[in-house]
Amino acid sequence: MTAALPLFVAVPLAGAFVAPLLARRTAGNDAPAARTVALVIGTLLLLGSVLLLGRPAAAYWIGGWDGVTRPSIGLSLVSDGLSQMLLVTVNAVAFLALIYSWSYIARYSGQALYYCLFLTMLAGMNGVVLAGDLFNLFVFMEVAVIASYALVAFGVERQELEAAFKYVVLGSVSSSFVLLAIGLLYNLTGHLNMALVADRLAQLEPGPAVWLAAGLFIAGFGLKAAMVPFHAWLPDAHPSAPAPISAMLSGVLIKAVGVYAICRILFHVFAITTPAGGLYANVLLALGALSMLVGVLLAIGQWDFKRLLAYHSISQMGYVFVGLGVGAAVLAHGGSRAVAALAIFGGLFHLVNHAAFKSLLFLCSGSAEYATGTRDLHHLGGLKRSMPVTAGCCRIAALSIAGVPPFNGFWSKLLIVIATAQAGYWGLAGLAVFVSFMTLLSFVKVQRYALEGAGSPAAQAAREVPLTMRSAMVCLAVACAVLGVLTTWHKSRLITPAEQALTSAATYFEHFRPPGAPLPPERLAGHREAAP
Amino acid sequence: MSVTILPFLLALVLLLIGLYVIIAKKNIIKIILGVAIVEYAINLFLVLLGYRAGAAAPIRTPEQTDAAVFASGAVDPLPQALILTAIVIGLGCLALLVSLAVRLHERFGTFDMTRIRELKG
Repeated sequence: MTAALPLFVAVPLAGAFVAPLLARRTAGNDAPAARTVALVIGTLLLLGSVLLLGRPAAAYWIGGWDGVTRPSIGLSLVSDGLSQMLLVTVNAVAFLALIYSWSYIARYSGQALYYCLFLTMLAGMNGVVLAGDLFNLFVFMEVAVIASYALVAFGVERQELEAAFKYVVLGSVSSSFVLLAIGLLYNLTGHLNMALVADRLAQLEPGPAVWLAAGLFIAGFGLKAAMVPFHAWLPDAHPSAPAPISAMLSGVLIKAVGVYAICRILFHVFAITTPAGGLYANVLLALGALSMLVGVLLAIGQWDFKRLLAYHSISQMGYVFVGLGVGAAVLAHGGSRAVAALAIFGGLFHLVNHAAFKSLLFLCSGSAEYATGTRDLHHLGGLKRSMPVTAGCCRIAALSIAGVPPFNGFWSKLLIVIATAQAGYWGLAGLAVFVSFMTLLSFVKVQRYALEGAGSPAAQAAREVPLTMRSAMVCLAVACAVLGVLTTWHKSRLITPAEQALTSAATYFEHFRPPGAPLPPERLAGHREAAP
Repeated sequence: MSVTILPFLLALVLLLIGLYVIIAKKNIIKIILGVAIVEYAINLFLVLLGYRAGAAAPIRTPEQTDAAVFASGAVDPLPQALILTAIVIGLGCLALLVSLAVRLHERFGTFDMTRIRELKG
């Protein structure tokens, strides 16, 4: 099965190359071939990622440079519980966004280029969650975010261009920070493979250079994840993209290149769960709490449907960071493993849930805009009569994000609050409940102005969106309901392996170091001696 | 590794200049230049990591049989490989930024960031 890992990157990249070529041959704007290729690839990737679930941790050494038969100078793709969970989430949302795009994107010109960029972004995200070394992580992250820059600007109107410009500038600065941090770590340890870097870092005295590298990683990836001091670009960029892309950006991109990358680096490279890592855990907690509160406070006053959703993304990512931060802090201070496991489980569960309900909300806002031509809540209204399917899905998603039982958002927030309280962070638990209440208020407003009421003439004349768009939304609504029932399948196959990968961080080195003899400290000597 | 501190300071100064330009300047073209300067600063930093005073290029000839001796006398080739990739990525970003700037000028008729301000709140 490990031999299939590169396909998660290679297949969408090949599709991105083929899609525009196929479109050349058909006349006009419509690109049925590109659309079909993208959807077939999306289906295959989703099936592949589901098949990969629950398999033991394994690494694929590109070109066989694993240190056994050939010297270990190669790159590796790794698949453990965390990667598998993200892979399923990313590819499931991508698959549904592709179905939704089928009709939605027909209004745009340059359809083939849309699918080309979409598949490139997907390849980048799959690469990020599978990367086993720091530089590969950086390169795949850049592949994903550069495609997303272009997709934000896809409408090439005034607002799209302005948002995309801000996004690219801040995105390149954050990427530069990440690259600088990678350079620092390479100089400190002499390795780029994450398992080996972690091993060497554990032997070093923590000093200013290590802290600087960790700080740069948190700032760089934090900017990509839109944690609060670094969030300014997200409310501009996410609403400006076409709706399926907004769903991809808020639903999975900020998780793959933001949350996942921070998790992987802090848990598996900087050993956040050891006593020395208590500092990083506290930083994560503080940033998470701040994001949670500021995001929701800024969301309250919004009247642009998509912009409101974008601010909620910041707030909900705060919940994920609080869950992970509490877990890491408990482990770092030698607290109860069960509490830490519960907190991390809650955080990861919320990550998956957020992917489901936030993509659904963005697709609903896209449908409302598609049918009425506006996304200003003042001018919507009465959609529950004119667009019953969209309105029903929107209601389920709003109940999920607001934490109303029995939908998925309630359970993950409950787990986070319980774990936070058990760990002794009473204030933080109270804050989480308060933010959840504010989220509910904000979505009552959405319900009141978008779904209920008399509404504008445009909203009353709206007709239900095409079948493909409806089916994508219904699938996500079903996911919101099913994920709420904590089935043993998705608990034991999807989230618990990911939680274990984070709580027992030391196993990362055993699984993913080059299987050959450990490298000597001299950088080149070991590599060259074994060369044929 | 006897590298003086001076080139690293240059990288730091370049980084700070770039960040200052991005934050303080209002002209889109100047902001783009700032992004480029930040990227150059990072690339300079990376190439300095692999530098060793007086070392040879890391190309091994058949006469050099002892790998350890060779390795101790050559510069580290890995950062150079990294920068090549980073430069290509930087180029892609820069091209995208410049094309966005062209489109922005088409729509707004200005390069002044303070007058391109439709998104707020």
